[in-house]
Amino acid sequence: MNQHDASAVETFTLSAKLRRDWTRNKSLYLLFLPVLVYYLIFQYGPMLGLVISFQNYKPSTGFLHSKWVGLAHFKDFFTDYYFQRVLFNTLKIAFYTLVVTFPMPIILALLINELKSRRFSRVVQTVTYIPHFISIVVVVSIMMDLTCRDGAIPQFLQIFGFTPVTMLNEKRFFVPLYIISAIWQNVGWNSIVYLSALTAIDAQLYEAARIDGAGKIRQLFSVTLPCLLPTIIIMLILQVGRMFNVGYEKIILMYNPLTYEVADVISTYVYRKGLLEMNWSYSAAVGMFNSVVSFFLVWFTNKLSQKLSDSSLW
Amino acid sequence: MKVKTSVGERTFDVINIIICVLLSLSILIPILNILFASLSDPLEVMKRQGLFLWPVKFTTQAYHAVAKNPNIISGYSNTIFIVVVGTTLNIFLTLIGAYVLSRKDVMFGKFLTLFVVFTMYFQGGTIPFYLTVQTMKLTGTRWALIFPVAVNTFNLIVMRTAMASVPDSLPESAMIDGASHARILFSIMAPLTKATVAVITLYYAVYHWNSWFNAMLFLRKKAMYPLQLILREILIQDDTSVMCAGGAEGLAMASDTIKYATIVVATAPILAIYPFLQKYFVKGVMVGAVKG
Repeated sequence: MNQHDASAVETFTLSAKLRRDWTRNKSLYLLFLPVLVYYLIFQYGPMLGLVISFQNYKPSTGFLHSKWVGLAHFKDFFTDYYFQRVLFNTLKIAFYTLVVTFPMPIILALLINELKSRRFSRVVQTVTYIPHFISIVVVVSIMMDLTCRDGAIPQFLQIFGFTPVTMLNEKRFFVPLYIISAIWQNVGWNSIVYLSALTAIDAQLYEAARIDGAGKIRQLFSVTLPCLLPTIIIMLILQVGRMFNVGYEKIILMYNPLTYEVADVISTYVYRKGLLEMNWSYSAAVGMFNSVVSFFLVWFTNKLSQKLSDSSLW
Repeated sequence: MKVKTSVGERTFDVINIIICVLLSLSILIPILNILFASLSDPLEVMKRQGLFLWPVKFTTQAYHAVAKNPNIISGYSNTIFIVVVGTTLNIFLTLIGAYVLSRKDVMFGKFLTLFVVFTMYFQGGTIPFYLTVQTMKLTGTRWALIFPVAVNTFNLIVMRTAMASVPDSLPESAMIDGASHARILFSIMAPLTKATVAVITLYYAVYHWNSWFNAMLFLRKKAMYPLQLILREILIQDDTSVMCAGGAEGLAMASDTIKYATIVVATAPILAIYPFLQKYFVKGVMVGAVKG
């Protein structure tokens, strides 16, 4: 609370306001204290910790006494042999996630919504939600089991003249398997949001459309999709924000040196450089690049959707 | 009013049902395959290259082996500790945080909400996070899996939205009767929003049950590993060769069914509670809830 420039009256009212707020809400602020401490230490602490990207951090000297090196690590990263590779892979996986994975739950919600039998629709929902609760470790190991040389999928594809190989050791199968397993795991769960938006659409709108002679397809484009649009846009903004943090836990489980070339993304690179090779400052700088780009992507998408429609995050 | 269905619509209905059936099967078959293979004779599992749509030569011997594995036993107890203690702390902090943020006449309420929501869009990243946990001297303890993830911002905001929708008159009249904020929170607000509390409890519990990455970062001793990290070692790390090559010796032969049994044992508890909470899901994933 900067009081220097405020006039005497305002200062008086401000401090009076502050005092009144404190006497009235003291216990609320105290109640919030543990949450505040959590956020300060574990959420804002790491943000402060980003200063090590501008230093040569060594655990022995700590970030108070490590040498400052300015933007050297960023420069190193942008000229790094791996820079293009990890950036390209990140963008590639993000692109496929956005174009292939993202629309799937919308389509599934539309299909479930059209099912005539309530009972059957309940069954489909229950079944498709299940994989969301299965851990990523188990999902990846199921995938490995199904796609290894003796596994069910290569054996099945043999019918079509496919030579059985352990698919996760092949560069060409990495991204498709990543995307397909992501759809398998989350399509049902992510459709919940759209299903609840669909049930909120006023039935009168459909009736009016029908009276005007609109067929099913016309209703889809003139009633259903416009009503879903705000939900779709918000989910899209959230998705864009996550884009650069492509599921690195899953990639770390899925990839191996044979597939690094297509699978290594910025966040897995940070993990290997920082936590396995102990290049703290360099990897923190790479991570910071990632965080800043993600933040601006959300900000930009949000701005864009404010311009184009009424839906936005803030 | 009843509109008679055209041929086109009927065809669509049939295709729709077929798509939904195929999707459901593609989800169920890989899961059932694991379950049935774990209950089959190891020799059959080794010989067979396709899927198991029923147990072949039913046996539970893989489960006996799993129950004797000391790593799985310690992993189980570590995971239960983390789920119980972690989720309790999560719920406690999320409730008090959401309560304070949902009060309307707090001068710094807006600021605190922004302070919290900002962390959803900007993070320090893996390395500074790791160093923070190390600075707090949590590395190497199970608390490293609890304190650094004590509040999930998304869940906090969902909870806050639920509490903000409770009519003001209820907490206010309790206030006049002299109830403290803590009292109002735990005996009025929490019971009134119990559907959301249930969903968020499920989210936190599932998160703790399924997470492995932080354990890999922060734990050194195998005796402290949670179940998922043990699973990763058994299923993914060392043994992919055995899983794929099939192995010739009896040990490798049995290990496939043991792997499947391990997966079942590690996944069943979570899947068992899920149907009971399913009806609350929609409340927990409202999009509107995330808006600041």
